[in-house]
Amino acid sequence: MRLACLSLSVAASVLCTTVAADTFGDPVAGEVVFANCKACHKVGPEAGNGIGPHLNGLFGRAAAGLEGFRYSRSLQRAGSNGLEWHADTLDAFLEDPRGYASGTRMSFRGLKDQEERLDVIAYLRGFSADPANFPEADPTATATDHDIDPEILAIEGDAEYGEYLSSECTTCHRADGGDDGIPSIVLWPEQDFKIALQAYKNEQRSHPVMQMIARRLNDEEIAALAAYFGSLEN
Amino acid sequence: MTMNRRMFLGTTAAASAVLSAPSVLADGHAKPRVVVIGGGAGGATAARYIAKDSEGAIDVTLIEPSKAYYTCFFSNLYLGGFKDIEDIGHSYGGLAATGVNVIHDWAVGVDRDTKTVTLAGGDTVAYDKLILSPGIDFVEGAVEGWDISAQNAMPHAFKAGSQTELLKAQLMAMPEGGTFAMVAPPNPYRCPPGPYERVSMVAHYLKANNPTAKILIADPKPSFSKQGLFEEGWNTYYAGMIDRIGPDFGGANVSVDPAAMTLSIDGEVTNVDVCNVIPAMKAGRIAELAGVTDGNWAPVNAADMSTKADPDVYVLGDSAQQGDMPKSGFSANSQAKVCANAVRGALTGSRVFPAKFANTCWSLIATDDGVKVGATYEATDEKIAKVDGFVSTTGESAEIRKATYEESEGWYTGITSDMFGNAV
Repeated sequence: MRLACLSLSVAASVLCTTVAADTFGDPVAGEVVFANCKACHKVGPEAGNGIGPHLNGLFGRAAAGLEGFRYSRSLQRAGSNGLEWHADTLDAFLEDPRGYASGTRMSFRGLKDQEERLDVIAYLRGFSADPANFPEADPTATATDHDIDPEILAIEGDAEYGEYLSSECTTCHRADGGDDGIPSIVLWPEQDFKIALQAYKNEQRSHPVMQMIARRLNDEEIAALAAYFGSLEN
Repeated sequence: MTMNRRMFLGTTAAASAVLSAPSVLADGHAKPRVVVIGGGAGGATAARYIAKDSEGAIDVTLIEPSKAYYTCFFSNLYLGGFKDIEDIGHSYGGLAATGVNVIHDWAVGVDRDTKTVTLAGGDTVAYDKLILSPGIDFVEGAVEGWDISAQNAMPHAFKAGSQTELLKAQLMAMPEGGTFAMVAPPNPYRCPPGPYERVSMVAHYLKANNPTAKILIADPKPSFSKQGLFEEGWNTYYAGMIDRIGPDFGGANVSVDPAAMTLSIDGEVTNVDVCNVIPAMKAGRIAELAGVTDGNWAPVNAADMSTKADPDVYVLGDSAQQGDMPKSGFSANSQAKVCANAVRGALTGSRVFPAKFANTCWSLIATDDGVKVGATYEATDEKIAKVDGFVSTTGESAEIRKATYEESEGWYTGITSDMFGNAV
């Protein structure tokens, strides 16, 4: 709650000073839109990299510009060609992520509604205005809301078993990280991978195929898959 | 292509050496040899996984007559106009690049005593482990009046490629208000929802191009896969176009006359413009020639897909009699990975993990209206047994159906990459 108020006030000051009201979104509405993003992207004081990079200090950052996050080659290329994240580039990227950066591993079809894009950009702007207020935390990747036993999440996975188990995943999810109707699952932090599969297993996440697949994986097998997929080379 | 031919020549030279002195090479060969017959969802996957994971420790040879493989899955989408034929065609360059010796020839015999496979070209290839994934053949005499020589007049189009293109050409040439007939197969057969997805796709084409045409289905089965979902879709999109005659009304008592283009259902003769005859099926012929079938199919052990007849011969996919899994490309791909892990373990001592199987079948009913059914399976002493499952429900939102279709497209890219690797 403290976070929401803070970001709102920062964004509000931006609103008054630098950006015309009719081209600037509503950060409060943007927080609602951000629900689409937050399974993978974190913002705020505790934010670290998860499945996607954290989005603190995003504005003015070069594409693929965070150290310690393994970006797709496509975004690395864009970054070294000079792409920086600002309202206009974010707007274009969010409208059609794969059209903008064909090889991105961001499994998101985009926001077609311009108002939603402006709103979420306004929301994110609040986390860039004064980075000093948002000290960079270590990437703890506590990520999604969950109540999974920390002991389960601490299980060290057998990556070789994970490689065998992964062959069941690669019937649909491409091993090269490509994504075309089915999300990419390679190079996720192990914790996020475990949390996601556990959330399917206990039906906090809703996809019927994934619930079925996850239901018969035990905690060691989930850890094994997380270890394998986390270990792949880019 | 060059790669393939070089591989082919190399293997041929080795094979003729085998001919002259089979015992020396078979016993003295440095590396264990796996021969895979059939380059579809089962065979291509098994060859690729064994070659990839053994990192050169196993010689893997794939014998497949076609240089271009057309997937049966998604071939209905070509009939409906959602895919081009090129979209469902694949080459074997990616497998060759993974280290698989790809031989484009027919396997015409298996000698399990000398552990050799004979090719139509006359060569023989020696194996330590043989994996058969030959898909399906048709039961002779299953539909009165039809045999394989009638497949140009009345295509089955249940092996994709030229048959599928022929059926599409016939569909497009139908006279206004004409009749498209289908003789549906009895259980068990390849792709349980396949005939009904095909009806949906044909109806989709006709609705746009020949809206007064009719579709007549003669079906020997009282019920079929995803029936409620298909019938809901047919009522919504194609009302009045589709007539299915089940066994209660003579759908099992059918004969055809390919010369006269007639279909007789329970004695009532109908003139038809297209007749898609999908006969009863059995294991691909090489499984029968290898002597591993019992009746129409090849019984296998669920733990590793080895045949009941011979522990060194494995059967994957449609040809296998394994228990609860439907005959589908997804199933064959899933079985192939279990088999590859077991074969590699047996030949090189690598770790063998417990068998886990899964299947999902997506079907397209109309534009952006996809449905799916799936299950997970485990190996028991008797069979591959179903553990858990799900199916799309009637009355789902358009948004869910669209997402399901998009998911099926993602799956297609995923499974074909998993089968063939990245083409070079």
